[in-house]
This record gives sequence, C-alpha cells and structure tokens, in this order.
Amino acid sequence: MIPAALIILTSLLFPGIIVKVKAKVSGRKGPGLLQPILDIIRLLRKGNVYSTTTSIIFQIGPLIYFATILFSIFFIPFGDTAGLISFQGDLFLFIYLLGLGKFFLIINALDAGSGFEGMGANREALYSMLAEPAFIILFGTFSMMAGYDSFYEIFAHWHLNSSTYLVLSLLASYVLVQIAMVENSRLPVDDPKTHLELTMVHEVIVLDNSGFDLGLIQLANAFKFGVFGALIANFILPEHQALWIRALIFIGVIFLFAVIVGLMESFRARLKMEKNPQFILTLSAISAIAFLVALIITNKLI
Amino acid sequence: MYEATKRSQDFSLHYFFLLWLQIAMILVVTLQEGLPFLVAWEIMSLSSFMLVIFESEKKEILNTGIYYLIQMHVALFFVLAAFALVEAKTGISGFDGLAIYFKTYPSIPMFLLFFAGFGIKAGFIPLHSWLPHAHPAAPSHISGIMSGTMIKMGIYGILRVVSFLNESLMEIGTIVLIVSLISSVFGVFFAIFQHDLKKMLAYHSIENIGIIGIGIGTGLIGKAMGNPLICLLGFSGAILHVLNHSLFKSLLFYCAGSVYNQCHTRDVNELGGLIKKMPATSMLFLLASVAICGLPPFNGFISEFLIYKGFFSGLDIDIYTSLLFLGGIVGLTVTGGLAMFCFTKAFGIVFLGAARTNKTQHAHEVESSMLFPKLLITIPIVGIGIGSYLLMPTIESIANLYLPVATIPQPDLVSPMLQPLSTTLGLFIILVIILYAWRSMQQKSVTIAAGPTWGCGYPALTPEHQYTSTTFADNLKNLSLSLSGMKTHYHAINKEDIFPSEKRKYETHQVDELEKVLILNPSKLFMTVMLKFTILRSGKIQHYILYGLGFILIVALLTIVNAL
Repeated sequence: MIPAALIILTSLLFPGIIVKVKAKVSGRKGPGLLQPILDIIRLLRKGNVYSTTTSIIFQIGPLIYFATILFSIFFIPFGDTAGLISFQGDLFLFIYLLGLGKFFLIINALDAGSGFEGMGANREALYSMLAEPAFIILFGTFSMMAGYDSFYEIFAHWHLNSSTYLVLSLLASYVLVQIAMVENSRLPVDDPKTHLELTMVHEVIVLDNSGFDLGLIQLANAFKFGVFGALIANFILPEHQALWIRALIFIGVIFLFAVIVGLMESFRARLKMEKNPQFILTLSAISAIAFLVALIITNKLI
Repeated sequence: MYEATKRSQDFSLHYFFLLWLQIAMILVVTLQEGLPFLVAWEIMSLSSFMLVIFESEKKEILNTGIYYLIQMHVALFFVLAAFALVEAKTGISGFDGLAIYFKTYPSIPMFLLFFAGFGIKAGFIPLHSWLPHAHPAAPSHISGIMSGTMIKMGIYGILRVVSFLNESLMEIGTIVLIVSLISSVFGVFFAIFQHDLKKMLAYHSIENIGIIGIGIGTGLIGKAMGNPLICLLGFSGAILHVLNHSLFKSLLFYCAGSVYNQCHTRDVNELGGLIKKMPATSMLFLLASVAICGLPPFNGFISEFLIYKGFFSGLDIDIYTSLLFLGGIVGLTVTGGLAMFCFTKAFGIVFLGAARTNKTQHAHEVESSMLFPKLLITIPIVGIGIGSYLLMPTIESIANLYLPVATIPQPDLVSPMLQPLSTTLGLFIILVIILYAWRSMQQKSVTIAAGPTWGCGYPALTPEHQYTSTTFADNLKNLSLSLSGMKTHYHAINKEDIFPSEKRKYETHQVDELEKVLILNPSKLFMTVMLKFTILRSGKIQHYILYGLGFILIVALLTIVNAL
C-alpha cells in the first residue's frame, strides 16, 4: 500500500515541479506547485464536448488508458517490500497493460476523424513500438542477474553494495529517464510547450478530448511519470533501512527526477521528426550494452 | 450475397467439399500410418482448393486457386519423400518408423525435409507465399477455417515429428526459433503495408504461426538443455497459441467478411466510420484485435506470457542461450509493437472516423444469423484470457509429452503460475467497471455538448483529410529502407498541364520480394528453359511415332548395357 500511496502523492506534484523548474530557469516566477493538479481537478468537474464524428470508443478510450496506468502503479515494489500486486511474471503484465492503454489512446484519436489526430496516433504507435524493446531488454538484464521475473524479486536481489550493480543502476536510470520522456512525449521527442496543433505527438492525440476525459488523460500522464520515477527509485533504495528513511529517499528520487526533466526541457531542443526513431533505437542499444555488461559480470561472456 | 450469382448446384458442391475438408482434417490428426495420413492430407488440400475457387468465374481467383494447389503439392512431395525415406531405411511406414529412424540416423536432414513440407502448409517465411493469395481469394468463412484451423495442420505435423526427436535438439531448436522469429516479425511487418483487409489478416496468420514456432523452438532448446520448465513453458505456450489463434483469427475473418458483405470492397482506404452503421461487428473486431495483439485481458496475452516466461527462465544459463533468448524476447516485443501498430490502423481506418467514400453509405448491421457465430467465438477468447489457469492443466498434460526423457513429468509445473495472473486480470476488469461507473455519474451532472471535430482553425475539413492506411504506414516505410517492397506509381503534373487531368494519380502497392526471388523468378526461368523444348512439338504424327521408337530403342540399349 505504501508505494502506491507514495507514487500517487508524488505524481500529483510532478507536473508542478517540472513547470516550476522551467519557469525558474527561464527567469520567470511560474505558477504554484499545485497549479497543474488544480487544472486537472477543474477538468474532472467539467462537461464534455463530443465531436459528431466520434463514437463510443472516444468515450471509453481515455478511461481505459487511465485505468491501465492507475493499475500499473500497484505493481511497483518499495525496495524489498512487494507491491500490492506481485507474482512471478508480473513484469510482462505490466508492459502489456501499458500497451493496452496505448492501444485505446490511439484508437481514441483515430475516432475523431481528423488528420491532425491521425498524425499523432500514427506517431504514438510508431514510437511506442520502438521504445518497448529498450524497456524489455533492460528488465531482461535485471531478471538475468536476479534469476527471477517479478519486480519484487528483481529489486529484492538488487545489492547496491557492489560497484557492478552501481554501474548497472546508473545505466538503468539513464535509460529509464529517457524512456519516460519518450513515453510521455516530452523533449527531445516532442515539445509540449509548442502551439497545440504543432505539438506533434501527445498533445495532438487528445486534441478533441475535453472535460472529464481530458482530465483523466492528463492525470494518467502524471501517474506515468510517477511510475517511472518509482522504478528508478527502486534501483537506488538501500536495503534494511527504516521505513521512513526509505520513504524519504523514494520521494527525494522522484523529486530529483522531476527537476532533471525540467532542466532537460529547458536546455534541450526538439529533434526533427525523422531523427526520433534513431534516438529511440539508441536506447535499445544502450540497454543491449547493459545486457552485455551483465553477461561479463556474471562470467558468462569471458 | 452470393445468392444472386450462384446456382444451387454451386452451393451443394461448396458444402460437399466443406464437409470433406472437416473430415480430412479430423483424419489427419488421428491417423498414425504414413500412407493413410498422406491420403487424408491430400484430400484436405484438394477440398480446400475447391473451396478457395468458389468464385471461379473470376479469372484471378481461378489462377490463385491453381497457385495454391501447386504449392500444396510441393508440400505434399516433401512430406511424401520424407515418409518414403523413413520406410526405406527402417522398413516401417508412418510415424512409428520415424521414431526408430531418429534413434539410428542423423536427425537434422530428415527434420528439415518434414519442416519444409509442413512449413509450406503452416506458412513459415520464406515458404509463405501462397497464404496472402489464397486467403483473400476464398470466401470469408473459408478464409476463417483455413487460417484458423487448416494451416495448424502444418503445425500439428511439425509437433508430431518433433516429439520423436532425441538428438541434435539444440540445433533443430535454434533453426525453428530463428525461422519463426523471422516469420513473426516480417509477417506482421508486411501486414502493415496491405490495403486489402483480408490480405492483411493473411499476413497476420504468418505472424501467429511464427509465434507458435517461437514456442516450439523455445521448448526444444529447453529440452536440449534438460530444463523441464523452459521445455514446458515453450510447448504449452505454442499449443495454447494454436488454440488462441484459431479463435481470434476466425473472428477477424468473419468480421472482415461482414464488412465485405455490406460494402462490397475490401480496400480499407475506401472504408471508414463503420462503427456507427455496424456497431456489433465493430466491437467484435475490436475485441479480436486486442486479443491478436497479445494484450490483456484476452487469450492472446496468456500464450505470449508463457513464451516470455520461458525466455526469461533461460536467460541465466549460458552465453549461447542468453543471446538467443534475448533475440527471441526482442523479436516477440517488436512483433507485439508492430501488431499494435497494424491493428490500431486497421480498426481505426475501417471502423472509426468518417466514411472516406460512398461505398459505406448503404451498410447496416448484418443479420443476427451472421452475428451469432461470432458471439460464440468471443466466449472462449474472454474465457481463456481470464480463466486461463482452469484450462492450463489440459494444455500442460499435452506439453508433458515433450519433456526430456530423463525427467519424471511433474503435474502442475506451469498451471499454478497462471492463478495470480487470472486474479490480477479480474481485479483490472473490476477497476475499469468502477471507473466507468464514476464516469457515468459525473456525466449525469454536467452538460454534454456536440460539435464538429476541431479542424485547428481550418474550416473546410473533408473526410479525405483523414489518415488512410497508406499514410499511416508511411513513417514505418521510410524507416525500413526498401524492405517493405512498397512501390509507388505517381504521375506528376507536367508544366504544360494547366488543369489536373485523369493521368495524374497516386497509387501504391506492395510487392513481396521473397515471393519474387523464391517462387516467381525461378519458375519464370524454368519456363524459358522448358519453352526451348517446344521445337520437338511439331504437330506431325510421324514425328511422335519416331520419338516413341527412339525411346523404346534407348530402353532396349540400356537393358543390354545393364546386362553386360
């Protein structure tokens, strides 16, 4: 229960921290930390405008997208404490649930029958296809090191005391930060700051969603950052510490993650669209390097 | 829809062969002897050929049928040759002889012979070229049976042969795994570039045969390593996927058939917005799409889950299997991602958005007699997805046949793994229902308005501005170099053309390069060589008598030479 509660709490502040950091860096005062979440709450109270082209898919799409991400929070463990849902192979269900969410987000966009949303849907489908191997190779590596394939057991067998694990932790954190950026369509893949219609992936797929549904999608995006932040935090959490120390480290890591995202977005420019696949595939290559490193460490390669 | 063009005799013939196809398929999976097995196999091919050419008044359908018939007979000759060799070496025909053969002779060449024969039937790349032709040509219910059940006979054959293997398991497992990985990734990759709904589904059959093969390959490697867990996970994943694919693929073909029945076109670029006219068919297509992408909570996920678990269990054994299995994991993930790409596209373009042409204007929901069989199929699709652990002991008992000889079959090695999965999926569904209830309550208290789709300030949006199947696939095409085989025909506007004329058009189509290299070019070469011999065909009876005499003379001379 604790990790899920922590993830939800930190996720709610996550977009606020990013906005604040970006404002500070560009010399502005910026809105309050709670502003994005207040916006979401306002949206959740509002009515909807449905396009006459849309069908039932447009109404259940955002809901299922939100449900998959909310559900995936319960999979995340807390160091050597298991998450609410934990079994052998939960890793695959986690990945495929996120896939299910994307499936519905994409058909939700296609339902509006607009060329802009088609564009966003198309790119989302391509990028998520390209990003998936990086994630699964990374977790394949950890599963090989631990000998198990559930999040809990992978992290329970993760010993920070040896330098080899530390190296892998760093690689993993780097890849996970980048995957989170791709999954949420932030810089350098896509720039959420640009004018709405020109924002090529994530903002454009939700162009026609309004009110409650839009609120759900934005909340889901915040949760998604929280989930990835929590995964990174799990690599860094020390074993056998008091609960409150771990909780503090956990919150600290997610806070740091939000600051890093904010800084990255302040100093990085968006890539040209056709360069994006190259960028995303590089992540798979880095994951593959992590796998080879792990093979060497476990004395299988040499 | 065929009532207008077909006579009652045509229907009788069709049902006659449909019955024979079913009987032949049952015989194939029950016969143990070599010769009867081959006879049943041949009846299966012939009856399916007759079913494919139901609309034989169209020339291209007849041509496709003959193409199919020839390929099936190439497959038959591979299997025939393999059985003949076994009988010649051991003196016992059929699968019993095979068991003895594998104990004394090298396994790999014999396995490859069977793999080629059964692989053509199953549709492994590069032996797949008949599938994308035959499935669109056949009526949809036949496509459903052929893709759902008949091509699995090839898998059955491979599974039978594999069960007798004792040696060279590692090599054979690797071969099967690599061929299957190529089949699954390229099957779905080619599917993305199809405009023809049924042709796209045919390429997806190749993908799913690939996934089944991945399971078999993993199982074989597990057996070679003496690891019962990997062996069981691989084989039970493969066997479950055989069942799963037959369910969602027939559902997809039936839905595609309903769309064809209403709109009289299979070109997805001419469709759109069908969800408003055919809501039930659309929802069934959506359900099958989610299932075929291997997404939870439906049955496709369960078999992929088992195969993933097999791969992950073998990652920490040695360098060879680590790298091989990592390749397998990446292949399976890429397949899943591409399948999602393809089915969001297919569902989105055909059923969502606005109609692209007026072909859909008279469409309406098909009658309940056409909906009922589809609904029947959804029950096991959902049932296996959520209640997988109930079915698993049955599947596992079959997979137990493939365990390494030294290990004692343990009951329930795999099944307990699925119990928590079922519970979790159940919880997920409850969560969705709760959220839906919350949403419905919220929607009651607020004002709901309707309006046009936001055109980003551009006022004159038409349905032509929507994405089509071709544009959706475009960024993948650019990414994949020339592997996709997409060809574009585009007549650009000349400087002297003041008004756009009829000449200006943009067309794309996809060429299967593998088929060209492996089938079309060699057969063209063969034809040119054979045409050289037409010089002998003079049409004069005297010449033919002379040839006959010459032949007898040569035989006589050879007998004398042989006697010396």
